[in-house]
Parts: sequence; C-alpha cells; structure tokens
Amino acid sequence: MILTNASVASIQTKMAAYPSKKSAILPAITIAYRQVGYLSEDIYVEISGIIDVPAVEIAEAASFYTMFPKKPVGKYLIQVCHNISCALLGADSLIEYLEKKLDIKKGETTRDNLFTLISVECLGACATAPMVQINHDYYESLTPVRVDEIIAELRSQA
Amino acid sequence: MSFYSPVRLNSAEADASDRLHLFKFVDDPDQSNLDTFEGHGGYKALRHVLSSMQPAEVIETVKASGLRGRGGAGFPTGMKWGFVPKDSPKPRYLVCNADESEPGTCKDRVIMERDPHAMIEGMAIASYAIGSHLMFVYIRGEFAHCHDQVEKAMAQAYEKGYLGKNIFGSGYDLEMIVHTGGGAYICGEETALLNSIEGHKGMSRIRPPFPAVEGLYACPTIVNNVESLTAVPHIINRGAEWYKSLGTDKSSGSKLFSLSGHVKQPGNYEVELGFNLKTMIYDSAYGGGILGDKKLKGVIPGGASTPFLTPDLIDVGLDYESIVEKGSMLGSGAIIVFHEDTCIVWVIKKLIHFFRHESCGKCTPCRDGTGWLEQMINRIEAGQGKPGDIDKIDEVCGNILGRTVCPLGDAAVMPIQSSIKLFRDEWEYHIKHGKCLVKSDFKF
Ligand SMILES: Cc1cc2nc3c(=O)[nH]c(=O)nc-3n(C[C@H](O)[C@H](O)[C@H](O)COP(=O)(O)O)c2cc1C
Ligand code: SF4
Ligand code: FES
Repeated sequence: MILTNASVASIQTKMAAYPSKKSAILPAITIAYRQVGYLSEDIYVEISGIIDVPAVEIAEAASFYTMFPKKPVGKYLIQVCHNISCALLGADSLIEYLEKKLDIKKGETTRDNLFTLISVECLGACATAPMVQINHDYYESLTPVRVDEIIAELRSQA
Repeated sequence: MSFYSPVRLNSAEADASDRLHLFKFVDDPDQSNLDTFEGHGGYKALRHVLSSMQPAEVIETVKASGLRGRGGAGFPTGMKWGFVPKDSPKPRYLVCNADESEPGTCKDRVIMERDPHAMIEGMAIASYAIGSHLMFVYIRGEFAHCHDQVEKAMAQAYEKGYLGKNIFGSGYDLEMIVHTGGGAYICGEETALLNSIEGHKGMSRIRPPFPAVEGLYACPTIVNNVESLTAVPHIINRGAEWYKSLGTDKSSGSKLFSLSGHVKQPGNYEVELGFNLKTMIYDSAYGGGILGDKKLKGVIPGGASTPFLTPDLIDVGLDYESIVEKGSMLGSGAIIVFHEDTCIVWVIKKLIHFFRHESCGKCTPCRDGTGWLEQMINRIEAGQGKPGDIDKIDEVCGNILGRTVCPLGDAAVMPIQSSIKLFRDEWEYHIKHGKCLVKSDFKF
C-alpha cells in the first residue's frame, strides 16, 4: 500500500459527504497527491479499491488535471507562474535566474533530487507578481534577494 | 499572526467608509475566527433571514438590490436564483465558484484567506433562498491556504450550529462541502465545474439545459462567484435600497478590482462600480502611476479574456455599461496595465499560450483554433512572420468566435482581435522587420 491509513481515512470521510461516490475521485486524487507528491497507476488502483470506482475512470480524470505530477519530482516542486501579470514583472527572467541558480533547465530536476523547476499558468496571485508556488506554498512579490533566501532556506531544511 | 499574502489592499479606506463593505475587516488578522467575525456583525443577516424572511422575499430583495454576478458575466444574481423551478421534486444545490483562474484575477482569494465566514454566510443565505440543503464551494486546487482557511471556518460554523441541522432553531438544515480543483482554468466555467464535482473530466456541457434547471447530478443548481455571494449578507443587513444607491444606475454596489502589471502599487481595491479607471491606475491611494513613470501603452480592464483599452480610452467608469461603450468588458475586474516598453505581439503570445493550454478540447474550433493561433503567433514573435499572417490570424479568430460550446473560445480570440484593431502597426512592423518594435525585456 502506498496510501497511509490517514489518507485512506480522509478519502473515506470525503466520500461519505457527497451524494455520489464518483465525486470522491478528485478529492481522493488530491489527498494522494498531498501525501505522495505525484500520481501513478498504482495509486489509481488503490483509490479505486477505496471508493469503488474503476481505476480507469480515476486515471482519466487525473489525466485532465495538470496540477498533479504524473511522475516523481524533486523534494521541492518549484512552479513559476509565466502568465501575463507575472511576465510583465519579469517572470521570464525569474525562470532564467532559477535555471542558473539550480543549474538545471525548466522541466528538469537537480541531481540531488531536491528541486524540480517548471512553469505553470496563472496562480491567482497576479497583484503580487512575480511569484512561485513551491509544493503547496506561495512565495510572492519576489526579488532576487528573496529567491536566494528561499532556496537557501529550503536547502537547509532538506 | 500575519497574513498569508503580502497583497496591498484598501481595507482602511473600506473601514472608514459607510459604503464600501467587502474589505471592511480584511485587515484584522483575527477576522477569520467566528467570534471576531460575529463581533463585526457577522451571521446577523443569516439569523435574520432564517427567522423572519421567506425564501421568495430573499430573492426579491437581492433582485431589487441590482447585484450582478462578479464572476465575469455580470448576470443579475436575484434573477438567476429565480430560475430554479419551484415545483421540482429534486434536491437543489448551491455552488460557490472559487476557481479564480482568469489571469489577472486574485480577489476571491482575499475573502477566503482573510474573511472566509463572510463567504460562508452568503452561501448559506443563497442556499436558503433557492431551497438547497447542500452547498459546495469549488476552490482551485493550488489555493491550499484558502482551502485550509475555509475548512477551518466551516468547522467553526458547524460547531456553533450555524451549519448543520436546524440552524438557529429555524428548522432549516444545511450541509457544506469544500471541493478542490486540479489546476484547470476551464473548471471555472460553470458547467465544466459541475462535471468536475461529479468526478468527470472538467469539460463544458452544451446548454440548454441550464444549471438552474439541470445542473449538478442533473438537479437544479445555482453557481455564483465568491464575491457575489459575499455581497449578499450586506444587502440583507442594509437593505436593497442602500445597495442600489452604491455604484451607478445599472451597475449597483461595490466591486473588488485586482490591479496588476506595470503600476507602482499593484493590489486589490474595493471601489463602487463606476469608479474612474484612470484614477485607479494613477491615484496614490490605488495604483500610484506607471512603473518608472513611463508612458502607458494599454490596459486589459477585465481579465485576460477582455479586449484592450488604449490610453485615450481609460477616462471611463469601471462599470458594466461604460466599459462596453469603450469596446471592452468589465469581466472579473482584473485590470492589467502595461507600459510603452511592452511588445504587443509578446503580450498576445503570453495570452494565447494560456488559452491554448486551458482549452478543454471538447470542440474543434477552440481546440484546434487556439493551437494554430499559438503556432502562428509564436512564429511571428520569433521573427518568422510572413505577409498575410495578420489577416490569416483574423480569419482563424473569426472562425472560433461564437462557434464554441463555451465562452472560452471567444475569450481566447477577443484580445487578439482587439490587438490587431488597436495596434495593427506594431503587428506589421514585427512581421516586416522580424523583430519587436519595442522589446519586452522585464527583469524581476
Ligand atoms: C472559461 C471560463 C472561466 C471562468 N472562470 C470563472 C472563475 O474562475 N470564477 C468565477 O466565479 N466564474 C468564472 N466563470 C464564470 C462562470 O461560468 C459563471 O458564470 C459564474 O461563476 C457565475 O457566478 P456569478 O453570476 O456570481 O458571476 C468562468 C467562465 C468561463 C467561460
Ligand atoms: S470552447 Fe474550448 S474550453 Fe469551451 S468547450 Fe470548447 S474546447 Fe472546451
Ligand atoms: S499571472 Fe502570475 S499569478 Fe496571475
């Protein structure tokens, strides 16, 4: 089993609240993602066993939602918003800065498996651009100094 | 306790004003706690509605207030509630749309992070009005912090008996579910949102039937934006007449505007509808002027899917009618500002990438059309434009406009067409010279 007892329990609680068990698909995917950090066939099968919906339907729904990585990523998934409000305030240069700093290209993971760098669509933080989401947290109104601090902080926690 | 987001707000102004109301308490770090919310007059409207108003009266009051949907379309809220069939034996559902994914828009987030009970109270009143006993809030998946705040507030409300069975001894029962999305813009479109809650891919449905008649689980469903619902308790407390006295004749009330891009003070600002856009951009209480005191080049007034306004058009009221007169739309109230050093082809490249990426793929004009547009525009941006490209782009746009299942297709092409109309010279320069007239080289 990949999913912990706690994850299974929260999926079951969620499922009980909805009028239809299929509605638990997205909540279950989200709970699995929060625990594991990415989704996989094995996880779909486990979820299928919990909510009694065919695994293929879970895989299909999961494939639609880009927020969930479908393969392992680094410990910290850095998601840089590259849409218009962030781009006007230097999102492209922020991506370049991170590429240099982490010595990887967008889409790659550092060798020590700490950081994966990707760019994503608007995250609803446009008035505090440019910004990134790292795992589940937002970091807004970024400057080079602040980015250095954040990366140092994450490295020291790792 | 500090706030999650460092966003600039005009909460102090709202607090001092007798007319602004949505942002009055969002600077109180304890506002998300039920006791503090209640100390500020919270749950009074719900109590009043449940103890002394009939559902039909609530709908009439909201109709009379002139409140229009803040999710983008500006549809009259009370009228929408009235579309729920009175005689249907099926359960009804209320869904609060907190998907907030239109680039430029970051306002609903403030309510969920800082004043989640305000949204819950509005949802509960709307549920009572339409006869729903189960309400949902659909929060975009990336907003983990909003999800946590709303769940915490919901738990407090249940604990106090403000949600659940027999609320305030009225005999009215109401349950609430927090549902989170998976990072798809299209799930903000109401029928895609409903599919997403049902566990399907978040693809739009063909209308009719409209959700009010056949929505979630094929039952009558009302979908409203966070901000629309949050305004409702104030309408109950202060009266429809009071609300109608705010804003303009046809656009009543106040509205949250997200101001972003090349302004000195980006932020979220609550103003009455009809507030002057130029003042919003330049006044020191709001945008504070253009970054580096450069010249303004253009404004997207209502989120990434609305047509541009050039500097000669910005002396305009921020209300549904006035913005349309200038050729654009109020949309979700996301004002995106860009200055003279911005290449218009680059702006369009950023926008079309978004819409192509977010197209749900259900209908061909949108799915394939946005793909072609992105390819052509990328090619022009990269200096490989050819004579005739502009007309070809215009033609593809024309073949998408009005021919799609949901409004995302239109949303994708409207800014492109508007850029060709307003900045055709710059497109031509780009194609002829294979490079930008001005280079967007923005450093963070
Ligand atoms: C592509 C697309 C995305 C949308 N995204 C949102 C959104 O994020 N939030 C929202 O409230 N409405 C969004 N809408 C509008 C909804 O479909 C719906 O009209 C709205 O939630 C109704 O609420 P209101 O009447 O209170 O505005 C979107 C519409 C489209 C076509
Ligand atoms: S217009 Fe686009 S987003 Fe809307 S249904 Fe068609 S393909 Fe999907
Ligand atoms: S454009 Fe970057 S958060 Fe909206």
